[in-house]
Amino acid sequence: MPTNTIRVRAVASGDTTEVQSLIRHPMESGFVKDSKGQLIPAHHIEVLQFEHGGKTVFTALWGPAVSKDPYVKFSFKGGKKGDDIKVSWVDNKGESDSLTAKIQ
Amino acid sequence: MNEFADAHRLARRTILKGAVAGGLAGLGLGAFPFPAFADADAKEWPADAFKHKSEADTLKALYGKTAEASDKVSLDAPEIAENGAVVPIAVASTLPNITGIAILVLENPNVLAAAYKLPAGTQASVSNRLKMAKTSKVVAVVESGGKLYSVSKEVKVTVGGCGG
Repeated sequence: MPTNTIRVRAVASGDTTEVQSLIRHPMESGFVKDSKGQLIPAHHIEVLQFEHGGKTVFTALWGPAVSKDPYVKFSFKGGKKGDDIKVSWVDNKGESDSLTAKIQ
Repeated sequence: MNEFADAHRLARRTILKGAVAGGLAGLGLGAFPFPAFADADAKEWPADAFKHKSEADTLKALYGKTAEASDKVSLDAPEIAENGAVVPIAVASTLPNITGIAILVLENPNVLAAAYKLPAGTQASVSNRLKMAKTSKVVAVVESGGKLYSVSKEVKVTVGGCGG
């Protein structure tokens, strides 16, 4: 299983928390050929989830057209400095990773 | 006589405890998943929606409906994408009760690039980076109050994003 693939920066400002996340993942589309002319199989994150306070605040459903080392930014109401935010993903090969970080 | 009874009671208690523990273990309660804290689950992935080649079929598969154009959905995408492999695209909307956002790239082999689920309390705004195979119309769709609203923009791509 891959580890340490997730970077997240969640900043609380007023009653809103803005979250930016960068995930290290090849996001192979399955349409690219290698130097031998063979198709590199699709290998991409399918579901990426963010949780705060025991509930899901954002779910990304991604296909092979999301760029390599994907980035995403979103905001949710609630969250304050020091709270935990948990990020987890699973890909089409069944690999996964997760990280719990603190809201700044 | 008392000692015998005590020993017997102790033995029974031990056997019963063992049986209960064994029974619980048998039910697998030691590894019971608590949904509120469950990690990303591949079962949520709408496999079929990612296979379609048209906007209508994709939205039908993803949401079961079609979208109407709206000026309350904003799509931020470059006029010209220098690198089709990484095109920064942002979608936002002022419509109420938004539960989902989807982004389609009509000239891609499969048009659905990404879909997002927004629970109550999450803002109707998302930024991401997508691959575009070639110059294409990009369509941003928002699900608000159970209906779909969309806006589209043509993005020119100089170097295709499929590595070709």
